[in-house]
Amino acid sequence: MAIEAKVNGKPVSFEGETDTPLLWAIREELGMTGTKFGCGIAACGACSVHIDGQIARSCSVPISDVAGKSITTIEGLAAADGKLTALQAAWIAHQVPQCGYCQSGQIMAAAALLAATPKPSDAQIDAAMTNICRCGTYPRIRAAIHDVAGNAAAVQA
Amino acid sequence: MGMIRRAFLVGGAAVIGGGVFAIKYADGAAESSAAAMTNGKDGHNFATWLRIGEDDTVTLYSPHTDIGQGSNTGLGQMLAEELDAAWDKIAVVSAPAESPFANVVLGRGFLSEMSGYPGIVASLPESLLSMVARSMNLQITGGSSALRFTGERGFRVIGAATRMALVETAAKRLGVPAAELTTADSKVLHAKTGRALRYGELAAEAATRSLDTAPALKAAKDFRYIGKSVPRFDIPAKVDGTAQYGMDVIKPDMRVATVIAAPVRGGKLLSVDAAPAMAIKGVEKVISLDSAVVVVARGYWQALKGARALQPKFSDGGNEKIWTANIFAEQDKLRVAGKPDKTVGNGDVEAGFMTAGAKLVEADYKLPFLHHAMMEPFALTAHFKDGKLDVWGGLQDPLGSKMQAAKAAGLAADKVTFHPMLIGGSFGRRLPMYTEIVDQVARTAMQVPYPVKLIWSREEEVKQGAYRPQSSAKLKAALTADGKIAAWSYDFAQPEDGLREVPLFYDLPAATRRHFKQVSNQTVGAWRSVNATQHGFFAESFIDELAHAAGADPFEFRKRHLKPGSRHLAVLEEAAKRSGWGTPLPAGTGRGIAIVECFETIAAHVVEATLKDDGTPKVLKVTAVVDCGTVVNPVNAEAQVMGGIVMGLSTAISEAITLEKGIVVQSNFNDYEVLKLADTPAIDIHFLSSSAAMGGLGEPGLPPAAPALANALFAATGKRVRQLPIGVQAKA
Repeated sequence: MAIEAKVNGKPVSFEGETDTPLLWAIREELGMTGTKFGCGIAACGACSVHIDGQIARSCSVPISDVAGKSITTIEGLAAADGKLTALQAAWIAHQVPQCGYCQSGQIMAAAALLAATPKPSDAQIDAAMTNICRCGTYPRIRAAIHDVAGNAAAVQA
Repeated sequence: MGMIRRAFLVGGAAVIGGGVFAIKYADGAAESSAAAMTNGKDGHNFATWLRIGEDDTVTLYSPHTDIGQGSNTGLGQMLAEELDAAWDKIAVVSAPAESPFANVVLGRGFLSEMSGYPGIVASLPESLLSMVARSMNLQITGGSSALRFTGERGFRVIGAATRMALVETAAKRLGVPAAELTTADSKVLHAKTGRALRYGELAAEAATRSLDTAPALKAAKDFRYIGKSVPRFDIPAKVDGTAQYGMDVIKPDMRVATVIAAPVRGGKLLSVDAAPAMAIKGVEKVISLDSAVVVVARGYWQALKGARALQPKFSDGGNEKIWTANIFAEQDKLRVAGKPDKTVGNGDVEAGFMTAGAKLVEADYKLPFLHHAMMEPFALTAHFKDGKLDVWGGLQDPLGSKMQAAKAAGLAADKVTFHPMLIGGSFGRRLPMYTEIVDQVARTAMQVPYPVKLIWSREEEVKQGAYRPQSSAKLKAALTADGKIAAWSYDFAQPEDGLREVPLFYDLPAATRRHFKQVSNQTVGAWRSVNATQHGFFAESFIDELAHAAGADPFEFRKRHLKPGSRHLAVLEEAAKRSGWGTPLPAGTGRGIAIVECFETIAAHVVEATLKDDGTPKVLKVTAVVDCGTVVNPVNAEAQVMGGIVMGLSTAISEAITLEKGIVVQSNFNDYEVLKLADTPAIDIHFLSSSAAMGGLGEPGLPPAAPALANALFAATGKRVRQLPIGVQAKA
């Protein structure tokens, strides 16, 4: 039985088996590849999306859990006309990505943090930003979040 | 990477003594072949690697894959600098994975690293290097080589020569002497008459001129792009989800596959019952390969469930006796037997050890296998149709991968096309010696009528790595009464020596480094900075121990063993100054220093660290000073060093691959833990401007991090860490 949900505001119907992780339904059924596969066990965060506004690691959420819910992916952050969010613009201004593979997940985690905590402290950033970046972009991620939050502590990376 | 260098040395050694130094970009046949591949509508090819469109667009065909290091932007800057091109007209694309685009300049770079530039290599005719590069199908990214070899000796030269061809073409057209013409922003200008010609207007005719083989290059004072923090080309697509990696390839009617390979290296597939996988909804085919089983399904989740349902039987290849502890024991035996495979050094070390009144200090160090843990697991897509095989994916040597796919599929090279995609991290993992996934996907594609994307699970990716080798060293030194090193010996065991790439730069009266070659059947490969992390940890831990044994400050002790006026001393002193070396710290907090040279770049880090309540290290601050000669793009250069520091600290604190019965114990990020944001310290990076030849930058920021941390923990706790990872070893 198909599972009805919304992705980036549009109604979708997932046809796969109910234990299919949301990640693979997004990537393979919807063909949206901005959400990345990294580990499959919710350890790295590359697959982070928002489910009803909450951060979630989609590799470990079966589609049976998202019936009737509203999902936002990296493709759904920018405005309809393609204008980037201030957070994405800060990511460019600070030249955060290197290989870039984890950055969709990092940006989704940062967006969720800022939605809940518009001016996060370093400790709040530490607690919220648990995604892995093997290129080691963490100092610039921190600086970009402070910058978009308007924190005085923002350091130009 | 040592393998490649040796192969080049053999290729070069045969021809030393002959030839005249002459820069030639490629042989004529290759150049016209490259032109045929790149001369699109309204565009004209120069020197294989460059096309200028009639609309002024400049396209640079980069032979390097951008694995996150941003080198394509840097190469664009170097070309634009000499060409005097407008920055907004520059585009950098991947060179076709075809032999006319084999990286000749890189071949020269690898060779020159072996012998010093402009030594014997400078006397080799370019055509011979070109022949070697093509016969190797070399199109590799590695050795921190893109900017310092391909950029310095390739694109700057091509840019300058092309600019001259455009000027000469304009001189003829305007009927004025070339000396009266200047260039700027993709135009040739004649100031006297106020006339200007766009590069695009001149390209067709200029492309027919032969290019100067040794054009004058700009002086550093005239640089307009080199040394500027130009935003990277690739970043916008990496913040909105549109960047397309190998993992993201989607083709009509595509299937998705995953694989289980023999858990013990060298093992072969003995048997597998396909039925349990075929019973999973969506699974369409189970394919037995020589040492692996591939499950093909409608989607990845179904393929994974199918693979997990299988119970394939593999042989162990005779390698079931490989345990982590056995490898260290074997290395100790080699040292005791005392027959090194290579010795480098100076002076009479044995006599130095007998120095009257000298104190002898000895220490043993151990390092584990390390995994690259790139964020994007391997994923390649292949489609065999009408006798031709197409392969899409991200690898560090597209041309080599094409040849590998052709061989696995049993096809002629001209029947195979490799399409390079973005790469989600690599750090050496995607070099061609260890890309068995190319074989797997090519063989799978030959058996199915549709495109198939083969994805390695993270578990497969961790267990089937090409690890930094497990290695160990015994160091010994004699300290004189006035606190100087009289003699130093250093016996280390691992597969490769790496002695040339990682020099011992301390000025010692007698020193040897002896390599004992120890090879197990575990696959090892080039891991970011190659052998420099091992040598850096051994040497910089030991010299720290010697400083304390001599009752000296570790910075002052290093300083007294460095040549006055040397680059190393300047880097070390700057690191001490910027870190506040010697200023008081709270109890339980310590500062450690380390300095390592690799790929002709010198880096010194000062780490401030303490212990967490659980006894694991907490890094508070890192100050890094780097001399890599010219910095092409400061904002990206800083990113490279920052990333190296984070990776180096991560390895020091928690990373290890261990073996039991020949099988890798770790399986995913839950048991191969890497550093996260909360544990990343404040990092302050400073580049010393230097007129030295350009060194590498993707790798050299990494090696000093681990020894500087271990040295800081000694300063903080009095406990000396001699084996990585540190874990809780520094706990009281």
